[in-house]
Amino acid sequence: MKIFVCIKHVPDTAAAIKLSGDTTFEDSDCKFVINPYDEYGLEEAVSLVEKNGGEVVLVTVGKAAAEATLRGAMAMGASRAILVKTEGYFIDSSLTCKALKAAIEKDGMPDIIFTGKGSVDTEGFQTQYRLAAALKMPVVNEISKLTVSGDKAVAERETGGGEREVLEISLPAVIGATKGLNEPRYPKFPDIMKAKKKPVTMLSISELGIDESAGKNRLIKLESVPERSGAKMIQGSVQEQVNELIRILKEDERVL
Amino acid sequence: MKKRAVIIETQDGVINSANYGMIACASKGATELYCFIINENDEHGDKFREELEKYGIKNIVGICIDSTCQKDHEKSFNPVKWSDAIAQAVIAYHISTLFGLTTPVGKELLPRIAAQLDAPLVMDCLDVSQTYNTVNEHTYGTYNDSDHDFDLAKTSLYSGKTIATVKVTGSIRIFGIRPNVITPSTKSAILQAAESSPSQATASINSSPSSIEKFIANYTPQQNIKLVESRKGDSLGNHLLAADVIISGGRAMQNGENFKLLEDCARAIENLGGSAAVGASRVAVDLGWVPYRMQVGQTGEKVSPKVYIACGISGSVQHFAGMKMSKMIIAINENPNAAIMSSCDYHVESDVFEILPALIEELQTTQ
Repeated sequence: MKIFVCIKHVPDTAAAIKLSGDTTFEDSDCKFVINPYDEYGLEEAVSLVEKNGGEVVLVTVGKAAAEATLRGAMAMGASRAILVKTEGYFIDSSLTCKALKAAIEKDGMPDIIFTGKGSVDTEGFQTQYRLAAALKMPVVNEISKLTVSGDKAVAERETGGGEREVLEISLPAVIGATKGLNEPRYPKFPDIMKAKKKPVTMLSISELGIDESAGKNRLIKLESVPERSGAKMIQGSVQEQVNELIRILKEDERVL
Repeated sequence: MKKRAVIIETQDGVINSANYGMIACASKGATELYCFIINENDEHGDKFREELEKYGIKNIVGICIDSTCQKDHEKSFNPVKWSDAIAQAVIAYHISTLFGLTTPVGKELLPRIAAQLDAPLVMDCLDVSQTYNTVNEHTYGTYNDSDHDFDLAKTSLYSGKTIATVKVTGSIRIFGIRPNVITPSTKSAILQAAESSPSQATASINSSPSSIEKFIANYTPQQNIKLVESRKGDSLGNHLLAADVIISGGRAMQNGENFKLLEDCARAIENLGGSAAVGASRVAVDLGWVPYRMQVGQTGEKVSPKVYIACGISGSVQHFAGMKMSKMIIAINENPNAAIMSSCDYHVESDVFEILPALIEELQTTQ
């Protein structure tokens, strides 16, 4: 079986974002990692291929620096990767999707495409849906349990109220992974060394016929969110503290 | 005239309060506004009409599906079925801007509609406006901007670490609004806005009785996704996005059992007529104390209640990413050096196991 995993190169969730200019941030001193939700998709892909044979191919759309993230992800067990290079960091989701589609079609159609349920940086919450629509595949998101047999998969997802839905999907399909699907492995040292030699196909977004500045969504301004300061301490005995808390809830915020 | 539509989320015949902030946002500029209500038969029609009229809505459309093959209809995956029906309604009513909520329902519907219509989509918006007052256009003059027909959406990037302004063009645009960040405005405010733009005034002032009209969408049975089973869950963490007060627990809660204290506190607030829900930090989820859906943070739910009470949570960057948009943050922590103590509005330097029982008792006796 052939499985694609869409990977995103994102700032570490612990990283501070230092703005530079109207729409950019200082990315040179910011640690980048594989988008945490993509790791669940990657782990699932690798274990499916370990069981059934085949190969796991990574695909990413991002700046040239994303290669480091792809190498790290290949150490988890993917056999090769495709990097569609962009100039800018912020790309409209519909363009990302066009680039992913072109790269996947060029390489040959897979049985499954995994993505994360979303990215922790831009949080567009849409690329997997657009990709599925473009490839005319079904898509399910926030999947925390998956069983694949033949040309079908049974996927479970939790909806807002804790309700669980069990879905049967025909393959090929796009599957958005979330926490709970598996425990992503830590690559061992020999795997990390091997990953350095695995092939990464470099494409540029323009050679796929996509104008990266043509999106209908354009980032025009980026501002940092001011931190809170001047926290007030609620003083006194436990009873006094509780009375003050209730006064705040009742009189200041009117939530009681 | 530009037509806009909002997808109203209802639950058990009630319109969730988060919808009214979205209506306030979509009403700006006094365009012709439609409310789309999914799967609305006549059961709640009059009630919905009465409620929505208070917010100046007169065009209400119940979206239904004409199903001749009932068996397929029952087994179809709701988001696929309803996103297709709404996309059909968007076309039929010539809607140029569609709004929904960034809720579990909206997160499934809006991207599917956007993909089907190949329309731009911005999720988790804090505001959407058609005015262009804060940004100097010449600064961003590298692209052609002659038509002046666009929306500006404010949304969080890097999980609340930054706020982005996104300019959205295209003949159909879709926005997901973060619940509870936009203050609802009742009819009078909307009428005032309409009076200040005279050309549109009649649209909102017209007080003729509304009616719920029906839009019956074509239904194509979906063969490639089928709903096999749907199991009801418990209600824990159910209302995180809708709650005015969220009380969350972290490592200092010690175990899952102790989250009952937070539950009791939330129930006591609800008994006083408030709305409250229980959340958790990532540590509490990773240790298996509570389910993932209760997690607030960068890799959990992003919430923006009126009051966020963090009990025994140290306040990592990632936790703040999920709750910093709260109107007020109160931290209860024994450790005066915890990061959260300096970046909140009020802090209580006490043991959660002393404060919480006393707080519950006081809430239960308060009037």
